[in-house]
Amino acid sequence: MGRYFLKRTGAAIITLIAASIIIFGFIHLIPGDPVYVMLGDGATPEQVALLRRRMGLDEPLVVQYLIWVGQALQGDLGQSIFFQTPVTEVIREGAETSILLALITMVWIVAFGVPIGILSAIRQGTWIDQGLSGLAMLMASVPTFWVGLYLILIFAAGLGWFPSSGYPSIFEQGGLANLRYLILPSLALAAPNAALILRLTRASMLDVAREDYVRTARAKGIRPARVVLRHILRNALLAVVSAFGFTFAALISEAVVTETVFALPGIGRTVVQSILRRDYPVIQGVILVTVCLYLVINLLVDLSYRLLDPRVELE
Amino acid sequence: MRQALPPWARSALSRPLTSLGVVFLLTVLVFAAFSPWIAPYPPDQIDPANRLLPAGGAHLMGTDHFGRDTFSRLVYGARLALLIGVGVVGFALASGVPIGILSALYPALGRVLMRMVDVLMSFPSLLLALGLIVILGQGVFNAILAIGLIYLTTTARIVYGVALRLRAEPYVEAARSAGAGTWWIITRHILPNMISPLLVQASFVFAFAQLGAASLDFLGLGAPPDIPSWGNMLAESRIYITRASWLLLWPGLMIVLTAFSLNLVGDAIRDRMDPRFREMVGK
Repeated sequence: MGRYFLKRTGAAIITLIAASIIIFGFIHLIPGDPVYVMLGDGATPEQVALLRRRMGLDEPLVVQYLIWVGQALQGDLGQSIFFQTPVTEVIREGAETSILLALITMVWIVAFGVPIGILSAIRQGTWIDQGLSGLAMLMASVPTFWVGLYLILIFAAGLGWFPSSGYPSIFEQGGLANLRYLILPSLALAAPNAALILRLTRASMLDVAREDYVRTARAKGIRPARVVLRHILRNALLAVVSAFGFTFAALISEAVVTETVFALPGIGRTVVQSILRRDYPVIQGVILVTVCLYLVINLLVDLSYRLLDPRVELE
Repeated sequence: MRQALPPWARSALSRPLTSLGVVFLLTVLVFAAFSPWIAPYPPDQIDPANRLLPAGGAHLMGTDHFGRDTFSRLVYGARLALLIGVGVVGFALASGVPIGILSALYPALGRVLMRMVDVLMSFPSLLLALGLIVILGQGVFNAILAIGLIYLTTTARIVYGVALRLRAEPYVEAARSAGAGTWWIITRHILPNMISPLLVQASFVFAFAQLGAASLDFLGLGAPPDIPSWGNMLAESRIYITRASWLLLWPGLMIVLTAFSLNLVGDAIRDRMDPRFREMVGK
């Protein structure tokens, strides 16, 4: 276990270093002088001189990279051009919305994707299975923003059950009731991802059902429902849990669109606005943070997977 | 009765939904090829007196906020959908196939290349595409590159897996011991046996390229607004949805049905494929 832990963590760190080089290169690949890219066109000569010294722009690129990484490790991701505040501050402001949105979406994905996938597998080959699998494929083919716009049209503009846009913090007036602002966005975001988890649950259940120990269990005369619950489901869900890491990363990415549709003050919408405002330090910071998050989540998923199933070997 | 039919007709009957999907895809193809003859109006003909008209009368699917004919724009939108799909699939295959095959044949090179693919995969896909658009600028060609980069990674991974298995096949070993060169093995043994996994991957990539391009259009970072793409139509009609909900319906349906049909076709090819490779190709 210790060796596996070290090897897997080492691989994640190497990936992170390589990714950070790409993200560092981002500012330098944008046409124009990096200082003006970072400060915007309205920079004063003093600001320019200061940033030039801070980024070590007269030094070789390797040194510049090390300076940048050093500052990032100390929690300094630079300054937002638009807000004139630290990038970490901008990210922190959007974090509550984005994290809550992702969590509620995960709840929908688990609540819909897993049970329906199980049902589909148990009824394999019947019209129920075919209908559900077809529905899943249809849901995976729908753009999240289109679902979002229809949800707004029906449940916000039409029926008035939920607010159509925005999200006041749960720490402000309204408290936890403010979560109703996230119901429609999370449903839109959940649709295609629940479809993927449904397909995965079904496939994983059918895989496990072919294992020898399942045949043995059936031959011993254990009741079919018990075989499904104790022998198949438990093992099938292991593979599903390991997919949650990828799903979570997909959510961060797709939330960019959903947050824009529902005008939510999250990190994703900040990225889009930053692109339109040419606020490059914010874009760079958000990409760095999400890549770190993705790698950490996947590392944790892999390690816990190994704890649950010691047979898993590192590829 | 059924036995009298030719084989293609029999397989079409056994998968009615997929057959409908193929018909829909052919319709999109016809729309794209013959847009000027099918569309009743030029796609950018503005008519302020007839803005936001519902379906019916002179306008089959109504008009948008500039009085432009929705059906005509839908027909012309098929062109961009096809261009994006072909472009992204072309880019993903042209880059992913050589990377995957070379990595499988030369393990030392493979360790480096596949590690680089892993690194690219650690970026959330849409953020990777957005980052590239920031560097390259907005436009149809750059949107194709940005979305293509996402599917370069998945294509390279799949090709790598399939090529590794093929490399270990006895007939490939036999060819090699008979003195066949690398180029011969790639073109005679590996590529021809890879065609069905590549077809499946191509149809899925084509489908998801539509969704990716629509998202970029919606964010205002894809095709320029003067190009009638389905994504742009949705983005523009956004503020009118309560007054003119049909503006939301048609372009969205085109995107969904195109992606759904392609997914159905991909699934159908996968089911007929060599079972050893079936689980490698997916999403």
